Amino acid sequence: MTASSANTATLMPELGFRRHLAEGRFMLLRSRSSGRTMFYPRVAMPLTGEQDLEWVQADGRGTVYSTTAISVRPPGEPYNVALIDLVEGPRLMSRVDGIAAQDVTIGMRVQARIVQESGQPLLVFVPAETEARA
Amino acid sequence: MSAFPRGAAALVGTATYGLGESPGLSSIDMAVHASVRALSACGLAPADVDGLFICLADDPLSGLTLAEYLGVQPKVLDNSRLGGSSFQMHLFWATLALAAGQCDVALIAYGSNQKTATGKLMTAAGLSGYESPYKALAPISSYALAVARHMHEFGTTRKHLAEVAVAARSWAKLNPEAVMRADLSIDDCLNARLVSSPLGLRDCCLVTDGAAAAVVVRAERARDLCRYPAYVLGAASSVTHRDISSMPDLTTTAAVQSAARAYAQAGIGVGDVDVVQLYDAFTINTIMLLEDLGFCAKGEGGAFVSGGRIAPGGELPVNTNGGGLSCVHPGMYGLFTLVEAARQIGGECGARQVPDVNIALAHGNGGVLSSQATVVLCSAAAL
Repeated sequence: MTASSANTATLMPELGFRRHLAEGRFMLLRSRSSGRTMFYPRVAMPLTGEQDLEWVQADGRGTVYSTTAISVRPPGEPYNVALIDLVEGPRLMSRVDGIAAQDVTIGMRVQARIVQESGQPLLVFVPAETEARA
Repeated sequence: MSAFPRGAAALVGTATYGLGESPGLSSIDMAVHASVRALSACGLAPADVDGLFICLADDPLSGLTLAEYLGVQPKVLDNSRLGGSSFQMHLFWATLALAAGQCDVALIAYGSNQKTATGKLMTAAGLSGYESPYKALAPISSYALAVARHMHEFGTTRKHLAEVAVAARSWAKLNPEAVMRADLSIDDCLNARLVSSPLGLRDCCLVTDGAAAAVVVRAERARDLCRYPAYVLGAASSVTHRDISSMPDLTTTAAVQSAARAYAQAGIGVGDVDVVQLYDAFTINTIMLLEDLGFCAKGEGGAFVSGGRIAPGGELPVNTNGGGLSCVHPGMYGLFTLVEAARQIGGECGARQVPDVNIALAHGNGGVLSSQATVVLCSAAAL
């Protein structure tokens, strides 16, 4: 049995992602042969179908690709939902914390953080400058 | 090489039913109300139908349900579901099946009681487990993300979006069937509360009940059943993603591909199109889809829709029934674009009738700008 098929047999994409988050790690799946990274985690690389996949630590840096501020009934404040382009290439949905929802802008550099929300670990982003000062 | 059977089939009967609120009726009740009306319009009855095409929001096996309800045993039954563009593809498959002699009378039907049953948009397109924790509003926030990107790249403004809403309302005022016919100004749109920025309340489609149906037969029989059939010249679809986070480029949809193939099948260019019916789930759809369908260059959609160009009396009539924004939006709207396109070809549109319609586009959008399907219909004169 090859290493890749052994890996595939035990790969649980969504469960694995969440388990890593619970342990404080933001991990991505990468193909050993091509070096390509994907998001969301899948059992095979889109288009090429590579299954020689391994979990690797994400760099954590990204750029806001798009952003929306979602209104809530007053006196609540709008909350943010954003699409983030990771430095590795893939894009994901998240939100940018540490700044008013409507002040998040396209092109803003952000840094990943794992927070606890409703008893679950959650991947969010903060402006990169804030992270640097922290 | 494309071997689409250009002009081999035609819509010969169409109908709508229960636009707005239809208390006490289920989605299938409504779909059948529209179906028997569409059949009766061309002198047919349920027993004549041997090809059925349907998808209901609240019934994954609605193909079986419709066959049972009508009491028929169809030779061809299709229940495929691509969101709001499903019905364009139902017509694609119906045309192929008719051309191949696999059935003789195809019925495409849809109905939804979402307004009276739930008061909100009934959708199967929920967010994936990777998106849901961020509490984006489904589907509006996904579209809002596309708007923000379109604004960033091309300078599109909320006023451009408002132009779309006001044009749709102007058409709706000419359509006695339209649900929203009150005055609507650019300022009304700009002052409406933001729901998911940059989209405000008047950028969003309606939430209504409603049903529609269309009967399709082979071209040689069409003139016997209908004075002005709407012939199927081309039909094609393409898909780029399911969730907005997987859309390759938020400012360009798969309508680029679906339209190119549909025009090639039809042997037409975009300049030949007399009237456009497209799925305006949100105001940005009209802007982006007019770009992707080739009516203007990418990024110029905002300027294109301004100054009344797509409103009554404008250069390009778009969504002459009032669209999903002002006429009706019962969840999956795509079939209503086909019905209105056929009605314009048939000259049935009264005050909103566009003169001399020979080529009509009916474009469906499914999911969150995910599935795009383009149909080209024409009059007998343009065959």
